[in-house]
Amino acid sequence: MSITPLHLLIYLAGISALVGLNAVILVWLERKVAGHMQFRYGPMEVGPHGLLQTLADGIKLVSKQLLVPNQADKPLFLMAPIVSLVPIFVAMMPLPLGETVQAWELNIGLLLIIALGLLNTLGILLAGWGSNNKYALLGGSRAVAQILAYKIPLLLCILTIIMMAGSFSLRDIALAQEDGWYVLYQPLLFIIYIVAITLETNRSPFDFSEAESELVAGFHTEYSGMGFSLFFLAEYSYMFIASALASILFLGGWQGPLLPGPVWSLIKLYAIIFLLMWFRWTFPRLRIDQMLSFGWKILLPVTLLNFLVTAGVLAL
Amino acid sequence: MSMAAPLTYTLEKRDNDNFTLNLGPQHPGTHGVLRVVLQMDGEYILHADPVLGYGHRMQEKIAENMTYLQCLPYVCRMDYLGAMSYNLAWVCAVERLCGFEVPERAEHIRVIATELNRMASHLLWWGAYLLDLGAFTPFLQAFTDREQILDILEYLTGSRLTYCYFRFGGLPDEVDDVFLERTMSFVNGFRKRLKNYHDLVTGNVIFHHRSKDVGVILPFDAAAYGLTGPILRGSGFAYDVRKQEPYAAYERFDFIVPTETSGDCLARYNVRMEEFVQSMNIIEQAVNTIPEGPVRSKVPKTIKPPRGEVAMAVETPRGELVIYIVSDGSKKPYRVKFRVPSFANLSVFARLARGQLLADALAILGSLDMVIPEVDR
Amino acid sequence: MIECCYIKDIIRGFASLLVGMRVTMQNMLSRPHTVQWPREEAPLPPRFRGHITVLPDEMTRYPKCFACGTCARNCPSGCITVSGKKPAGARKKVANSFFLDFTRCSLCGICVESCPVGALDFSRHYALADFDGRKFQEMDLLQDLVSPF
Repeated sequence: MSITPLHLLIYLAGISALVGLNAVILVWLERKVAGHMQFRYGPMEVGPHGLLQTLADGIKLVSKQLLVPNQADKPLFLMAPIVSLVPIFVAMMPLPLGETVQAWELNIGLLLIIALGLLNTLGILLAGWGSNNKYALLGGSRAVAQILAYKIPLLLCILTIIMMAGSFSLRDIALAQEDGWYVLYQPLLFIIYIVAITLETNRSPFDFSEAESELVAGFHTEYSGMGFSLFFLAEYSYMFIASALASILFLGGWQGPLLPGPVWSLIKLYAIIFLLMWFRWTFPRLRIDQMLSFGWKILLPVTLLNFLVTAGVLAL
Repeated sequence: MSMAAPLTYTLEKRDNDNFTLNLGPQHPGTHGVLRVVLQMDGEYILHADPVLGYGHRMQEKIAENMTYLQCLPYVCRMDYLGAMSYNLAWVCAVERLCGFEVPERAEHIRVIATELNRMASHLLWWGAYLLDLGAFTPFLQAFTDREQILDILEYLTGSRLTYCYFRFGGLPDEVDDVFLERTMSFVNGFRKRLKNYHDLVTGNVIFHHRSKDVGVILPFDAAAYGLTGPILRGSGFAYDVRKQEPYAAYERFDFIVPTETSGDCLARYNVRMEEFVQSMNIIEQAVNTIPEGPVRSKVPKTIKPPRGEVAMAVETPRGELVIYIVSDGSKKPYRVKFRVPSFANLSVFARLARGQLLADALAILGSLDMVIPEVDR
Repeated sequence: MIECCYIKDIIRGFASLLVGMRVTMQNMLSRPHTVQWPREEAPLPPRFRGHITVLPDEMTRYPKCFACGTCARNCPSGCITVSGKKPAGARKKVANSFFLDFTRCSLCGICVESCPVGALDFSRHYALADFDGRKFQEMDLLQDLVSPF
């Protein structure tokens, strides 16, 4: 389907609004979930039950001084948050949130999203190298090792779903689940996918690149103010995209009994995001070599086996 | 003489890719102002050098200018997490030097307060160790329970962290039954909460992978480096000062000394979790058998010990503390020496960290349970 | 067999993760423990140690302190400065200036115990904040008391 420049502008504006709104909601939700899981309230002062806390945080971050460290690689340092953030706007275009709510109907929509998901890691690596800080460098290199180990099981998961649905287009995959959500046919694959997106978005228990108690803040040690907030925006938006993919690939997207399509889509999306937050506040962190051996020795064989079994069952 | 690290740590021409990483005085993973200079090859540590002294306060020199009673607030600020045991050590040392007797009721209350403080210190260690490993929730759960202990001790003494509570000859004022009831209700509640802790952490597979076979201290090393406390007991030696040289009514109570043989972080973890249970047993026995009576025996207003010296060893939550006082017959001590457990425990870190990943080195530092102001005195 | 242990380890590990998640969910559904100050206040125990105060004598309402200097000598941090003189027609001195350097006080309570007439006691003030640091370096403890001079 071709797209006119006017439509493109409107959709980009809409997506920017969605990204901003999502960040506002997720920052508040994360702090509230963290608070209640730890016997405390979370933010309560700014606004009723802390609803305006993100606004206050945003104002604080914007008003901070932008520092560039001594002898840092200035172009790389300043470019890294932008490299992390900009692909999100394009990656959100093929996502269907409803029967007709979709910015860009692409027949290879899924491939586009996966390809753009890699640019987050590039941003982390640029930040790690450009900061002239050994802790940041360690964080950046850990992120690259992590991605290399986890892209393959993730791609195999998605390939299995594509095999079952027969198309790369997200709309077609969601429509193919009319008689039964794929989570019922492939529960193991759902669990593996959730683990893989926890890894991709650098969330605990796999947040090595920003491990707070080991590397002081990992790849974003030297960033202050707007750079830090852009990285955060990028992380929360990738969580949104990954959870949206989970709900479309496994939970049937916008399909549901009573409520309109987009509402169901958002409910499923935020349920998966809540699951990711639940993981973060419960488990300790793995070690980098244990995570790599988990990926290569456990996840990859299981995913491959699943793929072959599914292919065999479908051929019959 | 400069305060900077020796010149070998600055840039030098090398033909390999090793670099020097400064686990600086300000780091979320070192417990206090500890600086460790690490020579690293990628993520592996080749050489670790702790640099101390960032928190040196000359406590031993100050003690030469203070009377015996005035030293009490200084002593409890050395290890602020186990302040009761430090207080107990100082007070028992001076009592041993002067030959004062302590009434039984005072001794029971001293034991109860010290064991409550031990539990509070181990709770904070549990939270901080898991924070080093990356789990954020157990820290706050530990602090929720630690608040109850601090409230009980605040009811007894008036302070929450640096208690200046015991006095020579007993306790400063009377203890009523409310304190004993609150202690018993806390102990009964905490036995159930401990099961929650084991559910959340001890059985967790990620925790096991991070702690098992990490930082193994062999028994020979444990004896050679002078380690004491749960670290020594995790490597197989059943050495506890409360059993070897009993002081302050510990020989009246029945408790075991938990020991593990594997010597890794998991062993030290299990020893400390078992010490919770043993402390609760001691508290229960002390509360059930407490006699009535005075809480302070008659002592002179200004303490002037006879000429001589005394060495008093107690079991703090971190290990064995020895206070050595030399007195020349006046109101102020001639020389005071504190042998603190964390100093010896830190010395084994340089050996353990060699060849480990950075993440493991921080886990080892957390399991050694050090308080750096105690190391620097 | 190796395959059997491999699968069993994975399943046991996974079960332990679910147990941990159950604990956090229980935490989430239980009541938070926070006391939201300043809207709610936690109860202060009776022996709470705020900064020290000088107590007035019951009958004459003058300060009980007769400026012997025991508290100043016994303070480990040297925070107390006290002086006094005899009012007209009295037998004992009465303190006319009592300054506490609260920035150095460690709240040990040795001054309270060592006072021979029990003129000092802990107050229960903990919410102290001011723009002027000198207010805490030279805390005048006699300002609320009746002076015989």
